[in-house]
Amino acid sequence: MKIVPVKKYISDVFGAIKSLATGMKRTMYYFTHHKEIITQQYPDNRNTLELPERFKGEVVMPHDENNEHRCTGCQACELACPNGTIKVIFKNELTPEGKKKKAIDKLVYHLELCTMCNLCVEACPSDAIKMAQTFEHSVFDRSKLTKVLNNPGSKIMEGVE
Amino acid sequence: MPSFYEIADQLHSWLNANFNPTWVLIIEMVLAGVAVIGLFAVLGLVLVIMERKVSAWMQIRLGPNRVGPKGMLQSLADTVKLIVKEGMTPSGADKFLFNLAPYIAMIVAMLLLAPIAFAGNFQLWDINVGVLYVSAISSLSVISVLMAGWASNNKCSLLGAMRSGAQIVSYELTAGLSVLAIVVLAGDLKISAIVASQSDGWWIFKGHIPAIIAFVTFIIAVTAETNRAPFDLAEAESELTAGFHTEYSGMKFALFFLAEYVNVFIVCALGATLFLGGPMPLHIGNWEGFNHAMDYVPSSLWFFGKTFFLIFLIMWFRWTFPRLRIDQLLNLEWKYLLPISMINLLIVTAMAILKWHF
Repeated sequence: MKIVPVKKYISDVFGAIKSLATGMKRTMYYFTHHKEIITQQYPDNRNTLELPERFKGEVVMPHDENNEHRCTGCQACELACPNGTIKVIFKNELTPEGKKKKAIDKLVYHLELCTMCNLCVEACPSDAIKMAQTFEHSVFDRSKLTKVLNNPGSKIMEGVE
Repeated sequence: MPSFYEIADQLHSWLNANFNPTWVLIIEMVLAGVAVIGLFAVLGLVLVIMERKVSAWMQIRLGPNRVGPKGMLQSLADTVKLIVKEGMTPSGADKFLFNLAPYIAMIVAMLLLAPIAFAGNFQLWDINVGVLYVSAISSLSVISVLMAGWASNNKCSLLGAMRSGAQIVSYELTAGLSVLAIVVLAGDLKISAIVASQSDGWWIFKGHIPAIIAFVTFIIAVTAETNRAPFDLAEAESELTAGFHTEYSGMKFALFFLAEYVNVFIVCALGATLFLGGPMPLHIGNWEGFNHAMDYVPSSLWFFGKTFFLIFLIMWFRWTFPRLRIDQLLNLEWKYLLPISMINLLIVTAMAILKWHF
């Protein structure tokens, strides 16, 4: 049997009281400071809702005013996705010089499979996709959750390889 | 405003004038029973909404805010829900014990209410061993927990009940020793005499540091005795689903729930009576004006104010500290609280003999 020295015993007791008091001080601070409350009363404040910067709602592909995106079709996102949410479908495009060039036809995104893990966005070498903050995704038909991320008729931006 | 004592006194003399003594006794017993049940119902509603609001604010949440103004009618709505729910009895359970257990929990809570002084001279039963009675009856509540856990025929329930047994048996000691410290100072076990001994100052102030140590150990021990977090091993939602009341539903579950809150109220009322003067107003030395002003506050308000302060303290513990493990729990009791309260009792006894207290 281990014998605890009296000095350590007493310092244990006072240390315990001190650490318990620290915790109680914190909860009392929260109890008296109601402005710290982080609850969002969602449907009521729908118009003034402010989401945190890193909130992840769905994957989108931003397009500029000329309907151009930055996706090269490298498939890094498709490989990075842990549950097959993204499928890249190719088409061949002719460059002005008459050469064949690989480009994306459709970047298919299955929202119903997505876990918002952000791995595709991190894997993308050309910043073509990002996470949007929209989150009201409910629809009446499951097929509506399968989305094509690139706009119809869009093409790759100049200078993105 | 008439005090509770005057109302009770007038009622008693009116009954005596109109009925014969046997009927007076029966009518008064029925009235007391109705008052106790009414108090229980109100306490259940008030304490549940208080707990939910306190916990929400301590965890930076809003808490219930939909039913009634600021969500204050939430517990009423919950009660209606619990009343209309089906009270299931599992087919594998020991039906007699299973159905008996919640009532035992409730009866124990009711018995404990008898010697509590709610206002000046306002008590159901002023027995000369009041404190002993409370500590004796309060240990009976473990029987209902064990009964519920055993009769449920369920591993989680049985485990919860066994833990509860170990816990209540060990923490009874500290609670008893802390109460004894005040009994030694007051020199009486009668609740009304303990209250009267604090007319010139509460024991927590008159008893110097040993009384404060006794108060702290008392609060820790009763938190454990009422099975509340951080000592809620008997329920331990994350380990045992709900411990001893896993299999209960509807009104039988509500009775356990109510009994827990009423037990919290009773131990806090006892703590307020012993350490904070119960219905006695706050008096400071020779400040005549201040003391006189304090006398205008009704004694019932003092009692409930102090009790609710202690209840808040226990809720504060619950929403701050994480749950202990069973070995940590028993270590805390046998290695720390028990030796400390024993030495403390010795010091208090020496103080009482040498008249060192005020």
